[in-house]
Amino acid sequence: MIIVTFLYYILSAYIAFIIVWNLVKSKKWQDELLYIIILIPFILRILRLK
Amino acid sequence: MKKIKTPTIRKSIFISFGLMVIISSGINFYKSRHMKEPVVMSPGVTQVKRLGQYFSGIAGTINDSHVYLLEGEQPGGTILVLGGTHPEEPAGRLAAWIFVENAMLEKGRLLVILSANKSGSTVTRLGGAYPPDYTIPTPWGERKFRMGDRWSNPLDQWPDPEVYIHYPSNQELAYVDIRNLNRTFPGRPNGTLTEKTGFAITQLIRKEKVDIVIDLHEAELQYPVISTIVAHERGQDLAAMASMMISGTEDFNIGMENSPPELRGLSHREIGDHTQAVSLLLESPEPMLDACRGRTDRKLLLDGKDEFLVKAYQHGLLFEKIDKNGWPIKKRVGRHTSSILQITELWTAEHSDKEIIINNVPKYSQLIKNGVGVYLHNPAEAPPVRLEWE
Repeated sequence: MIIVTFLYYILSAYIAFIIVWNLVKSKKWQDELLYIIILIPFILRILRLK
Repeated sequence: MKKIKTPTIRKSIFISFGLMVIISSGINFYKSRHMKEPVVMSPGVTQVKRLGQYFSGIAGTINDSHVYLLEGEQPGGTILVLGGTHPEEPAGRLAAWIFVENAMLEKGRLLVILSANKSGSTVTRLGGAYPPDYTIPTPWGERKFRMGDRWSNPLDQWPDPEVYIHYPSNQELAYVDIRNLNRTFPGRPNGTLTEKTGFAITQLIRKEKVDIVIDLHEAELQYPVISTIVAHERGQDLAAMASMMISGTEDFNIGMENSPPELRGLSHREIGDHTQAVSLLLESPEPMLDACRGRTDRKLLLDGKDEFLVKAYQHGLLFEKIDKNGWPIKKRVGRHTSSILQITELWTAEHSDKEIIINNVPKYSQLIKNGVGVYLHNPAEAPPVRLEWE
């Protein structure tokens, strides 16, 4: 279980990286705002706050 | 001088907004998870142990909870009271708190766990907008408690499986219930944190030779198992007698239901099946848990008043009454304290070799008259040896 949990944190960090990458590349403000909102729970989980 | 592009400025503003949300919510979540609740132990508390002393696999984890032992001068039977199996049912924890802060044992032993699933007490229901904490007014000020959730905190146990297979019955249960302590009894020594917690409590019951286990809960008014004692087969006579005596002598009614043999993982079923103890579970009404409730705030948590539930009751949709007076916390806590006292009195009457006599705990009528706060003592005035933290 500890290995699976660790892999899920790795997965969360990878998804967070992809979202940030898309945010940087995005040209539409609506998409940028959406990426920021989606990113918040991933960051909170990676930091073990929620 | 190089001109900053508009998209860069815009992205910077959005990122700043995101950081503000992360920092402000993160601080709140951190504070809520690490909030300490004082326990001013009664002089009747003779020892404080931890669950890890009964099962080393839980030692040092967040669920290595305190076990408060109150021992009478004369030997007798042993009763275990579980508070916080479902931390989002606050009357259960508060009733257990009142025992630890006030009870004096004349005969036998009383064991109390205030935070059976402490991990669950450090988070609230995801997406439920529940308040993270609540305060009980007392004659000397206020006492603050964590609200908690039905399930262990995902920070302590993650991810959930597609389907939760209960051990040892192999019954398939909802995926999320792998974090529900009241679906993981009797527990598993090499399982998840919640399964290990269930195993530690089962080991405690075996090693301390507990005679009666009472697990304190609250239920939504739309749920049929409410205002009742759920009893394992070996506790049915005791529960039926307690139900009759309480309904006859106290100012409230309580029913009695048999623990369904096919419903696995619950304390009233598995503790009864896997240990020597008689296992009972008490349910009081908690309007805050109902899906059709209105605003979910601290006021609803404490006074249990909700106009939408009153309307639902008028339409015959509930299994328990509710009117404009609601279900205040003192009423819900009082039901639990009186029920425990009645159960121990009946047990003592039937078991002269295993008597349990508990004094100095308020009954329902006293809680209705005085409120809960009167029975919670001031930690600032408590000697350090009598002060513990949950």
